[in-house]
Amino acid sequence: MTRSIRGQVAIAGVGESTYYKRGQAKEPEYVLTLQAILAACRDAGIDPREVDGFASFSNDQNDPARIAAALGLPELHFANMVFGGGGGGGSAAVANAASAIAAGYANCVVVYRGLAQGQTYRFGQGNYPAAVSGGMAFMAPYGVLSPAQMFAFRATRLMHEHGIERTTQRAVAMASYHHAQSNPRAVMRGRPLDEAGYDAARWIVEPFGLFDCCMENDGAAAMVLVPAERARDLQQPPVYLLGAAQGSGYRDGASIQNHPDMATSSFKTLAPRLYEMAGVKPSDVDVVQSYENFTGGVVMSLIEHGFCSYENANEFLSFENLIAPHGKLPLNTSGGNLAECYMHGLELNIEAVRQIRGQSTSQVPGAEIALVNSGPMVPMASNMIVGAASTL
Amino acid sequence: MSDSKSDYLLPKGLPAPRPSNDGLDAPFWEATRRHELVAQRCKKCRTWQWGPEWLCHKCLSFEVGFEPAPGNGRIFSWERVWHPVHPATKTGLPYVPVVVELPGAGGIRMLGNLAGDPEAKVEIGAEVEPLFEDHLDGDPPYTLVQWRRTGR
Repeated sequence: MTRSIRGQVAIAGVGESTYYKRGQAKEPEYVLTLQAILAACRDAGIDPREVDGFASFSNDQNDPARIAAALGLPELHFANMVFGGGGGGGSAAVANAASAIAAGYANCVVVYRGLAQGQTYRFGQGNYPAAVSGGMAFMAPYGVLSPAQMFAFRATRLMHEHGIERTTQRAVAMASYHHAQSNPRAVMRGRPLDEAGYDAARWIVEPFGLFDCCMENDGAAAMVLVPAERARDLQQPPVYLLGAAQGSGYRDGASIQNHPDMATSSFKTLAPRLYEMAGVKPSDVDVVQSYENFTGGVVMSLIEHGFCSYENANEFLSFENLIAPHGKLPLNTSGGNLAECYMHGLELNIEAVRQIRGQSTSQVPGAEIALVNSGPMVPMASNMIVGAASTL
Repeated sequence: MSDSKSDYLLPKGLPAPRPSNDGLDAPFWEATRRHELVAQRCKKCRTWQWGPEWLCHKCLSFEVGFEPAPGNGRIFSWERVWHPVHPATKTGLPYVPVVVELPGAGGIRMLGNLAGDPEAKVEIGAEVEPLFEDHLDGDPPYTLVQWRRTGR
């Protein structure tokens, strides 16, 4: 029998704090995290005292033992952190929570990410001491300090090897901003983006302009996972995990830009495993949430997940095709990292759940299968597919 | 004393490289002080390797040494930085970090800045050679490897 998580675990609740522009939250990051966890439990109709596990990623600073004590949990059965990888750990954290439930370690696991960059440090700044060692010693002295500066090399190669045009990056950015306009949670609601606005924006690091880059925000997001049979009795329509994958390809983690395949989002080996586990083809996917650290990474991710080819990407990844409700591939329907809130991508996992429930603010009619990918271009990425009860 | 712009491609004040405590990359930084470019090469199977690692990714031998690497390189990828993320670079914009492929050293890649007009067109595949940039004011002094077009 093939081992698979398919259909064993459901996402019963999702929630978030208020989302803020960086530096504008009055509450500490830890309080935002507690608010998100309680919101997700409320959404599920689950007593927070039922939670017995936590999973997070990217060295989240909000300690699960402290949270368990603060919430008065009777027992804690599971706490898990995905190694490094930044936003690449988002879907992996969901997968780990689901694995703990399927294996019987825990019965009700919350995945959370609290991230107030205005209170801790800004990802977009080079936070470096006077001297650096290891791999950074070969980059920081040359002024390569921020994620945008580390990943722009990959986008340059994508354009060079495959003829991807900047207008394709622009369509990705505009889709996120378009969807944010109807999302009351979105930080960029009321700030629409058109072609002229994108084109006129300043360069950050070529080939990325301002709107190719994710935001820096304050907030927190959370999801509650339970066994599939438990989810059927709760107040929201259950959303089932159909599959998940984590990892990287051959020497993707080689340092100083020596990963053999540079123009990759690191999903080439993950996408086939994900589809096989989920029993899904790219053409079955109704809506995609694709992590935007930078738009070039989204283009790579969509191609590597088989939604289009290198040859037709410039044509297929048009604004019209990427927007709900009737585009061929509705993308980042909450506004995502670019325009809803940079919760390290966990807001994208939440949006996939809302789409399957029929509760998105940019709903794709009848969406039954949603794909999420987390952290393109980082050395370890992850992805997942969720589906409605009809897909089991 | 040189001022902040006189000798270096980038302004002063960026983080200095410090050899790792475990000694893994020390031979590289010692060689740059002598204006020599070296990289790792397996003594057993002769595979070139970069960045530095304790064993050869090909044959898994721990007998990995540093050997002179032919510096004739080609630009593999590039970017042009316009937005400063470090206080030191606020006055030195734009600048052009490049990833350089070394065909004479198994195609390993190194990273540095491209000398010359930072707003000039950059061609992937353009031939470059190392430019050793001494930071004698470092504590201790160190030497970066920058890159310049060869004109060929």
